[in-house]
Amino acid sequence: MSAWETVIGLEIHVQLATKTKIFSAASTAFGAEPNSHASLVDLALPGTLPVLNREAVNMAVKFGLAVGAEINRRSVFERKNYFYPDLPKGYQTTQLAEPIVGTGSMEVVLDDGSRKTVRIHHAHLEEDAGKSLHEDFHGMTGIDLNRAGTPLIEVVTEPDMRSAEEAVAFARALHSLVTAIGVCDGDMSQGSLRFDVNVSVRRKGEEKLGTRTETKNLNSFRFMEMAIRKEVERQIDILEDGGSITQETRLFNGDTGVSRAMRSKEDANDYRYFPCPDLLPVMLSEEQIIELKNSLPELPAQRLVRFVEQFGLSDYDARILSSDLATSDYFEAVVKLSGDAKLAANWIMGELAAKLNAEEKAIAACPVSAEHLAELIARLKDNTISSKIAKQVFEGCWNGEGSPDQIIEARGLKQVSDSGALQKMVDQIIADNAAQAEAYRAADEGKRKKMFGFFVGQAMKASQGKANPQQLNELLQKALEG
Amino acid sequence: MSLHQHTLTELKTLLDGGDISSRELTDYFLARIERFDGELNSFVTVTAEQARSEADAADVLRGKGEAGLLNGLPIAHKDIFCTNGVRTSCGSRMLDNFISPYDATVVKKMRAAGAVMLGKTNMDEFAMGSSNETSFYGPVKNPWDLSRVPGGSSGGSAAAVAARLAPAATGTDTGGSIRQPAALTGITGLKPTYGTVSRWGMIAFASSLDQAGPMAQSAADCALLLQSMVGHDDKDSTSLNRPVDNYLADLDKPLAGLTVGLPEEFFPASLDARIAELTRETARELERQGAKVVSVSLPSVKLSVPAYYVIAPAEASSNLSRFDGVRYGYRCQDPVDLMDLYKRSRSEGFGDEVQRRILVGTYALSHGYYDAYYLRAQKVRRLISDDFARAFEKADVILGPTSPEVAFPLGAKKDDPVTMYMADVFTIAVNLAGLPALSMPAGMIDGLPAGVQLVGNYFREGQILNVAHRYQQATDWHRQAPAFGGEQ
Repeated sequence: MSAWETVIGLEIHVQLATKTKIFSAASTAFGAEPNSHASLVDLALPGTLPVLNREAVNMAVKFGLAVGAEINRRSVFERKNYFYPDLPKGYQTTQLAEPIVGTGSMEVVLDDGSRKTVRIHHAHLEEDAGKSLHEDFHGMTGIDLNRAGTPLIEVVTEPDMRSAEEAVAFARALHSLVTAIGVCDGDMSQGSLRFDVNVSVRRKGEEKLGTRTETKNLNSFRFMEMAIRKEVERQIDILEDGGSITQETRLFNGDTGVSRAMRSKEDANDYRYFPCPDLLPVMLSEEQIIELKNSLPELPAQRLVRFVEQFGLSDYDARILSSDLATSDYFEAVVKLSGDAKLAANWIMGELAAKLNAEEKAIAACPVSAEHLAELIARLKDNTISSKIAKQVFEGCWNGEGSPDQIIEARGLKQVSDSGALQKMVDQIIADNAAQAEAYRAADEGKRKKMFGFFVGQAMKASQGKANPQQLNELLQKALEG
Repeated sequence: MSLHQHTLTELKTLLDGGDISSRELTDYFLARIERFDGELNSFVTVTAEQARSEADAADVLRGKGEAGLLNGLPIAHKDIFCTNGVRTSCGSRMLDNFISPYDATVVKKMRAAGAVMLGKTNMDEFAMGSSNETSFYGPVKNPWDLSRVPGGSSGGSAAAVAARLAPAATGTDTGGSIRQPAALTGITGLKPTYGTVSRWGMIAFASSLDQAGPMAQSAADCALLLQSMVGHDDKDSTSLNRPVDNYLADLDKPLAGLTVGLPEEFFPASLDARIAELTRETARELERQGAKVVSVSLPSVKLSVPAYYVIAPAEASSNLSRFDGVRYGYRCQDPVDLMDLYKRSRSEGFGDEVQRRILVGTYALSHGYYDAYYLRAQKVRRLISDDFARAFEKADVILGPTSPEVAFPLGAKKDDPVTMYMADVFTIAVNLAGLPALSMPAGMIDGLPAGVQLVGNYFREGQILNVAHRYQQATDWHRQAPAFGGEQ
């Protein structure tokens, strides 16, 4: 048992899924030619002014409502002043003293099924910066302002998490929440969610928080977990050697697994925040908030409860299947068409998840439609195919060979349930393996069980897997035991 | 009477009556600029070719019966307004190479009304100054006395109109930058209610104070120009969304029933007695026309200079951060690294006064000072607004001097910024409160024009234009022109 307790707080940048930027009409689409989505405003040309995108406000409010937070009827944009080449105005327009979303909380289900509440300190609206490109410019730096002005909410938690697992569980829950309510596309590879982790350690029983470090810009759950573990180890090593922690910002390299100090508190910028005089305070009416509340879809937490109650799923299965909207929708479609929630859950979390993982595909891009999976389950249930054959059929669907029925037909995979044909086969097998049959009959109950598998295997081989397993068992048993 | 002696309103009548074409008028003023501006230095850029083609287009439109409010009238724009395809320097080396790819809303609207742009006028660098001596393009001279300043920051626009090189011009006013140069050059200038004229495309100095307005020979001219400048603009979040007033309709309305307030604080013992007297004489003229004159008090106005010189530099320090040598504008030669690029581009690209204000503003917003300076100044701002609100319970308009002095010699205050700032005492309270105010010539002192200021309640531009117009119907101070440029 470690003598140390880890304390973690998170700051999460969530890119909002608006079509246009927070203060300009330029597109937020990812991956365009550099600077092709940078308007006069995004380039910060002299004389240009920001105009607030109301959709970004609506999305921030939706998020706040989804975490049960106070929604501030009045919030204020401020300027955070600092120089950086990809920050075109020389300041970031953000919120500080009066953010749009006040205190809220999220309940997270951990792997062991226990529940943990993480308090949210606040969430504020702000604009993203552009990107500095260091390659291909012969020692110079290129600036791409396509991302500049993309709307973000920065979600700031209280230091409520006590381990990397808890932090990752919270991060995953947040990811599933923001995608479920449609305010973020959730694409981590494009930086749609980025995590800053504040980590400190203290001796167990100690009340005072230890000095914390902040590791910035982690864009995968795996890196986040690695970064936290490494940082906890680093801090404990220093403290156990009698050293002290420096309050600093650190950068983590996911490829090498090494973090390094970026800047300490002493040389931190004085951002000279002040209310942005180009923007009016954001005012929200009761009606607007109620309207947004009514527009919220079912939240992942609500869906989890429903999946348990409606489909009789285990907590674990329900949690995985309710984690993101695309998976939930797929699951519910398969259940509706096949009428079997248990089989649907098993297939989606088993075969389907494995294939998606192996090919790094999102469920939205899954080549097996919900209709096909439902049809496959139906064929399983009506004994047309065995579960072993079903996996072959699934492969066929994945590879685009057609519907399960077409594949079963084309490949001749229909289960053999004709008792006459099966009886003939069983007789043949016992004749061919007379010695084993003799041994079986001489064996006691316990040994027989093990030996029975040999005959099943022979029969399946002979039927190319198509024998109806239940029928086969019965016939074999009868033949062997006489 | 030579063409240049006419007011804008009179020129409009000539154009409307077919007595002259826009092309003739435009060529006439271009010739005056060509002849006299070498000495005056009121223009940074003259867009002669573009002006001629705009004039021709205006003449065609007039022929088709599609003339707008300003059709064919030549005007000049302060070089703070972005003009598509034309250098927009803001009086700074920083933007000496900046060709704007878009038009400011003011420019667009006036062009849509048919105005012809003669060129871009000189100004204090980034509108920071009260003498037009901080321009990268050199000081503008006052046409009444070439050894004196024209005031600032819209000094180029003021001098060009005063010398009749342009019938009218646009200006911007953050702390008096339309009214003070108008007063020092003997012309009429109006700063509208904050939010009335769009700030889109107007290079920001202090965003919460900046407001564009017209500068011309008369109040009627200003009304004509203002009519084409105002209106809600989706591109400016601080632009007010209210119906556009008709500024021309009530110009002639008699003044009977009007109450004029004279604030005691605008007549301190230290004020030049001649300026105090001509301001009071203006009040008497209004009385003669039926107005009632009362005394009002604006006790917090004395705090306006320190409050302004915190708020304006604070906003400016942030607004001017975008001039970093990265995307456009001045970039230093061969920077060794990023910090060198920033430091040298900004040190070499900005002049002393701009750097001084960036430093002051940066300091005022710094951690530990913010509450003592910026927040305090914002509280003073509220007190000043409250003072005006109380005064407007007693009076319809407020009258006072525009500037405590007439045009001073070039170089006289160059090294004494505080004395320079103190001279803004009568104008900046109006910006802090966001009120409309007009300066008009009301007398001469030692051969130099002196101006008075009319402050109106919010959205009462029409009322102060009416008062000024009635005054100008009874007096001829606004028709006085300097000897410079007297002949064509």
